[in-house]
Amino acid sequence: MIDKFEKYVFTITAIVIMLFVFSLIYARNRKRADVPDCLPYDKTYTTPAVKQIDSNLYQVYAVAQMWQFQPSEIYVPVGSTVDFFVTSKDVVHGFDIYDKNVNMMAVYGNINKQTVKFDKPGVYKITCHEYCGVGHQNMQAEVIVNYPDAKNN
Amino acid sequence: MITEQKSTISITLKDETNGLKISRWLKTVILIELLLPISLLTLGIYHGLMQTIYRSGVIHESTVAHLDYYQGLTLHGVINAIVLTSFFAVAFGHATMAFYLKREPNKKVAWLSLVLMVTGTLLAAWAMLSGNASVLYTFYPPLKAEPQFYIGAALLIVGSWVPLFNWAAMYVRWRKENRTTKMPLAVLGTLVNFTIWFVCTLAVAYEVIVLLLPWSMGITKDVDVTLARTLFWFFGHALVYFWLLPSYIMYYTILPKVSGGKLYSDLAGRVAFFLFLILSIPIGVHHQFSDPGIDKDTKFFQTMLTFGVALPSFITAFTLAASLEFAGKKRGSKGLFGWMKKLPYLDPNNYLFAYMISGLILFIFGGLTGIVNASYSLNAVVHNTSWLPGHFHMTVAGPVFLGIIGMSLYLITTLKGKKVYLPKVNVVVPYLWMIGVLIFSTGLMWGGLIGEPRRTNLGLSYTNPQSPLYHAEWVPTTFLALCGGIIMTVSACLYFVVFFGTLFRKSTAPSALEFPVSEAYHNERRVAFFDSFKPWLVIMVIIILVSYVPAFIQAVSNSGPGAPPFEPNNPVSVGK
Repeated sequence: MIDKFEKYVFTITAIVIMLFVFSLIYARNRKRADVPDCLPYDKTYTTPAVKQIDSNLYQVYAVAQMWQFQPSEIYVPVGSTVDFFVTSKDVVHGFDIYDKNVNMMAVYGNINKQTVKFDKPGVYKITCHEYCGVGHQNMQAEVIVNYPDAKNN
Repeated sequence: MITEQKSTISITLKDETNGLKISRWLKTVILIELLLPISLLTLGIYHGLMQTIYRSGVIHESTVAHLDYYQGLTLHGVINAIVLTSFFAVAFGHATMAFYLKREPNKKVAWLSLVLMVTGTLLAAWAMLSGNASVLYTFYPPLKAEPQFYIGAALLIVGSWVPLFNWAAMYVRWRKENRTTKMPLAVLGTLVNFTIWFVCTLAVAYEVIVLLLPWSMGITKDVDVTLARTLFWFFGHALVYFWLLPSYIMYYTILPKVSGGKLYSDLAGRVAFFLFLILSIPIGVHHQFSDPGIDKDTKFFQTMLTFGVALPSFITAFTLAASLEFAGKKRGSKGLFGWMKKLPYLDPNNYLFAYMISGLILFIFGGLTGIVNASYSLNAVVHNTSWLPGHFHMTVAGPVFLGIIGMSLYLITTLKGKKVYLPKVNVVVPYLWMIGVLIFSTGLMWGGLIGEPRRTNLGLSYTNPQSPLYHAEWVPTTFLALCGGIIMTVSACLYFVVFFGTLFRKSTAPSALEFPVSEAYHNERRVAFFDSFKPWLVIMVIIILVSYVPAFIQAVSNSGPGAPPFEPNNPVSVGK
């Protein structure tokens, strides 16, 4: 009923799809490339803050609102690992750190979380990439990665 | 592999012996369902062009001709992706069901559907044009639109449900008389498509009618945003298959005929449609990889199912390529790839081939980039960047759009008995469109990979050298998208000239409903399992429950307080 060309193609398709699935599992488990963590709502994270947990571990409570992020400038030293907890005070916003694969939605009544390590100094732009009203195109913040004292210079 | 004697093949789309006389009222219903959205499409295309102009920084304005960027974006999305597609699916469904079952739908029910859909469209258009519903076609709360936007959306959706019951009754009657005949493939495809549509729109109807409408009217105070988003995406990915399946029906039942060959396998088509039935819905969470409130395992499980739904598209890709190869060989091609050169690309009398093959070529890239989006952690690279519109313009503005406009023109000629106006221009339209989309999508996807956001009036900030936010890397990418956008607009304008030129011509032939009908090369014997909806509907319900019950439980249990309403121009809630 199924001719031989169809059989070949079914086999090739199955192999291709299995290859994709294997790559996904490999990236998730071995390379730790994962989607954001799922947290229950907690009011603590609705107050903007940058907290130093130890010498190179930071927590940022980022709050998006029409049309800014708070905090708008985040200073961390080179080599630090940062947990970003993201929420929104109003409509849905985006939270995309360029070059870092941190890509989250900021949603009212929900907490989103991703962790990222900053190995190289530089200014990493955080862009809102979900339409949030007339000022959407002006909504950007920065992670400034330098040596610890630059903020006071 | 496939050999058949060379013969000269001349395809004309119309075959007088096939024509079906249909009632005047049914003809009117179908014609209104084609004309209204194609007329509105002029507005949708205009706003498409305008976005590429705003984004590229050619202008640094928030408003042109009294229409704001985000208002235009809302109109572009709603008209092109909801109104055009829904009306066409219903019109094409009526035509297909009547043609293949040789029966007509119930008159009152068909009119009811049309009246609901037109009323809904007018209400939503009024809200959008008055500027009080600039919430984009995804209308995520707590961004709030005027109540008539939600009422309009609900009426349009409910109106598009109605024909399913009409056609199901026609099918049941046909089945009673034809117990051992395979149902026609086009009928199978149409019923599968509207079953998917009915089930998935239950969620968005709940979102709109129960959550958003009372909230926008001030009756309820707040709304659970993640629940609303999860309901939307239960609908949102199945929506893309609702767009796509009418084109798939054309690919399986018309393309092999108009290419001068046969459908390689009839059973492959049946398997593909039933796989879409069971897998189109339980994968919507792959649009929410970046969302809070839904856990990783649910997201990963739905990723696996998403790769499952790639299977019917792989089957289709092979079956169609084999069908086209057969056609090429029949036309006397030699060698492994010679068949590609022998197809009737530029035959003005056979323009449906041109529309379909252009859509298929775009769909190769649309499908591959779609696999990237669905790849779980890879989504973090592209989520909500301009990569996404780059991807979906090669699907919805590819096979979907080209199928819709090509078939709309064809149905006008057959139902009104008219000849195509400017046939030589007409046959070039789809290729010009295809080139435009390829350039446009390349620009968008290139930009997306370097962080360019979608849905953003870049010209005011990121592509404005005067702005402190100026980002020079996004200038060439948006410029490339602008070039593609201009080519697409030129192509669309030529189409409008051909379409309305044809419409306002004198009739030269009697009106009849007819389609080119493909024969199957492998016409497999009837397999009961692939000729019955019942087992597939059961599997569909089970998979949806398994994959979506956890998603909804998590969405509700991880959410804190609900959100009050906000208007797009005011950071202070309008609900307090």
